[in-house]
Amino acid sequence: MIKHLRSAADLDADTATLILDTAAEMAALAGREVKKLPTLRGRTVVNLFYEDSTRTRISFEAAAKRLSADVINFSAKGSSVSKGESLKDTALTLQAMGADAVVIRHPASGAPHRLASWVDGSVINAGDGTHEHPTQALLDAYTMRSRLGRIDGLKVAIVGDVLHSRVARSNVLLLTTLGAQVTLVGPPTLIPIDVAAALSPGTKVSYDLDSVLPATDVVMMLRVQTERMQDSYFPSAREYSRRYGLDAPRMRKLPEHAIVMHPGPMNRGMEIAPEVADSSRSTIVEQVANGVSARMAVLYLLLGGKA
Amino acid sequence: MKSYLIKGVSVVGGKPADLLIRDGVVAGGGGKADETIDAAGLVALPGLVDLHTHLREPGREDAETVETGSRAAALGGYTAVFAMANTSPVADTAGVVEQVWRLGREAGLVDVQPIGAVTVGLAGKQLAELGAMATSAAGVRIFSDDGHCVADPRLMRRALEYVKAFDGIIAQHAEEPRLTEGAQMHEGEVSTRLGLTGWPAVAEEAIIARDVLLAEHVGSRLHVCHVSTAGSVEVLRQAKARGVRVTAEVTPHHLLLTDELAASYDPVYKVNPPLRTAADVQALRQALVDGVIDIVATDHAPHAVEDKECEWAYARPGMVGLETALPVVLSVLGEKWELIAERMSRTPARIAGLTGHGTDLAVGSPANLTLVDPSARRVVDPAELASRSRNTPYAGTTLPGRIVATFLRGEPTVLDGKAVK
Amino acid sequence: MAYPRADTGSPTGSRATGAATGTKIILSGSDLQRVVDRIAHQILEKTSGATGTVLLGIPTRGVPLARRLASRIHAFEGIDIPVGALDITLYRDDLRLHATRALGKTDIPGDGLDGRRVILVDDVLFSGRTVRAALDALSDVGRPSSVQLAVLVDRGHRELPIRADYVGKNIPTALAEKVKVSLAETDDGVDEVKLYGGAA
Repeated sequence: MIKHLRSAADLDADTATLILDTAAEMAALAGREVKKLPTLRGRTVVNLFYEDSTRTRISFEAAAKRLSADVINFSAKGSSVSKGESLKDTALTLQAMGADAVVIRHPASGAPHRLASWVDGSVINAGDGTHEHPTQALLDAYTMRSRLGRIDGLKVAIVGDVLHSRVARSNVLLLTTLGAQVTLVGPPTLIPIDVAAALSPGTKVSYDLDSVLPATDVVMMLRVQTERMQDSYFPSAREYSRRYGLDAPRMRKLPEHAIVMHPGPMNRGMEIAPEVADSSRSTIVEQVANGVSARMAVLYLLLGGKA
Repeated sequence: MKSYLIKGVSVVGGKPADLLIRDGVVAGGGGKADETIDAAGLVALPGLVDLHTHLREPGREDAETVETGSRAAALGGYTAVFAMANTSPVADTAGVVEQVWRLGREAGLVDVQPIGAVTVGLAGKQLAELGAMATSAAGVRIFSDDGHCVADPRLMRRALEYVKAFDGIIAQHAEEPRLTEGAQMHEGEVSTRLGLTGWPAVAEEAIIARDVLLAEHVGSRLHVCHVSTAGSVEVLRQAKARGVRVTAEVTPHHLLLTDELAASYDPVYKVNPPLRTAADVQALRQALVDGVIDIVATDHAPHAVEDKECEWAYARPGMVGLETALPVVLSVLGEKWELIAERMSRTPARIAGLTGHGTDLAVGSPANLTLVDPSARRVVDPAELASRSRNTPYAGTTLPGRIVATFLRGEPTVLDGKAVK
Repeated sequence: MAYPRADTGSPTGSRATGAATGTKIILSGSDLQRVVDRIAHQILEKTSGATGTVLLGIPTRGVPLARRLASRIHAFEGIDIPVGALDITLYRDDLRLHATRALGKTDIPGDGLDGRRVILVDDVLFSGRTVRAALDALSDVGRPSSVQLAVLVDRGHRELPIRADYVGKNIPTALAEKVKVSLAETDDGVDEVKLYGGAA
């Protein structure tokens, strides 16, 4: 098994499939009266969060606790981190505490890679800067597989601010590893340079959402921050929404079976219309539940064996 | 003062000969001396001249001092280095440049020539007292806001014009700041994959294009620091063909390393301008051979451990380079000694108007020279560097060539590969 | 990449280090069939017709064995007993001794286990640790009225106070020997039990 999950590129197809299969077993266990498993008794998982992300932290915390791991939450606020302690010094502290795994959320891309060079335990990337968020991609893939029965051959459109999106990067890597065909859609200003060469050669790019929707099995809407307007990525929220927002008329262009995903938190009315977010095609609530199963699977596979 | 007879040395790649050094000058092709150095297999080069060094003093003596940087320079074969102005306080007054100049003379390992800031506090708002720095004891001729670009075109024009009065030259750090806000590495495939904000090549090329036009318009000399892209090379090639008085430098790291190294997220590879693509590296090498790029300059940028052992985005850009410059250039160009002497000694001295350096080792010339063993191979060990900082990107890399000895005005600063003081 | 499955034929840890000095077939295909028949009969006898009984196989080979038992019971008496699977990987006490194991399937029959007689089915009974883990797993799934254990082979060397209610064959073994159960469903159509390794 791999030691760290820093990037979705750490996962080959077999490993990714194993995680999804394991997540399915974990999800089945979640329906029982006794949800707790003794598997990671005596193991310590540290949630090291340099950014506020209550939903991701809670998801990891629930996953670790269901597997009986001891969980230590180390948040940037009110800790020595805000007093300017370096990541390296924090890493050495966690090392001394005997952390078996560190789940890190950090505003700087690559922070998990740096951390992994300073601690003995496993490092799990819970979102680093504008780089990656591999467990989000795993839960998204899991959601697609449970809704549509497969990933291989699926046509997935990822729509919005791809440039600043760690969710998009991880999804492109993971989904193409698993055989999906990904198209990135957004204004050219928000599509990163050389994206296909950078992530996966088969990745397509389109600036026209309407032309992509009819041949799409999964449309994944990314959060777009209105502040991007100030940096001239697009002229106005209204124009963005008109060109790239998913509203009910656009949703009707999708094939019957297609699903709508969003990693959250949503800007209702900006990238996604409320009636779309709340429709039966939307998997947004499932994604949250699947997050715990996917993260249990990752924790088990990284920590459940010989260190 | 001791005299030295260097026996059997190949002067700039020529046939083995003897070289007598006495009273600070090259005294002849043989004769009696206090000490004899067996230089069979060694190559003598005029002492190297670095137009782009950060010595960090005053202000960051934890990263480097004039003395430690001078020692690193001597060990790298240098006899003169130009100290960049981005110290704390900034070298934007006669007082600060004289202080740096004096510290250099006290260390006595290389000639430390201060570079003056173009604008007060490197702030890009108001010209510093360029004339006062020029007429100070330091005799400043090169002015640069290095680390920052003189982005305001009107200010740049004025600076180019103003320094003509004392034969000064503006060395521009070409970086359009609006195109590089938050930039972390070369913008391209790798930056996209790593999620690091891109530093586009055009941000350098646009400023160079503007500056050569400005220099042409006002008839001034322009020097372009650390050229890093193939596009910049093309702009320079055209400008030179038109007769613009522009010179340009390239760093050893831009001749060897590419942006792929950022994939480790180890900030030892973070530098400004950033490491570029393999195609850029090829274009830079060709330009250095062609003479479109005039010189190699190190951009030696020492940084304290805590400024590098951190997240990529929080790390300071820069690499130490004085002690590895010649080996890197040797590995890139091969043993083209004439070309190396031209690009690393004669031309930089000429651009700076620095007399006594970069001269042929003819009888009567100041004995500023270095002896290189081209057959030696060295694995770079950061712990062995004389620089106070360890941020070399070459740790563990085997590089050709070893500096055996360096002489400054006939006095050895390095003997047997070790600093004399 | 291959991930080890929870294999009940191997001892806890890796003590079986003896060189493979010979292989002995303990049960042939037809022997195995007879043994399964016998256990099916014993279950019917001991449970007064297998009413209120659920068979839970422990992956990997306990699951097809449980199915075979159910189908033999059906052949003999015409009754259908629910069959399921209980993966015990997440309850093992030796997880940290091995590379991470892939999970097997857990499949609890629709009516659940509460108030029923559960018969755990496994291929080899050795240290007893698998059964211990299965009992823990079982208690998180439901509350059976009683739990019994059926195994194809009991090879001895118990490390816990556990015994089987139904044993296909007792095989005295040396600790260094290995018992390998092959079933047609999981092992390319081969039915047999082999003993190998240990001193000559």
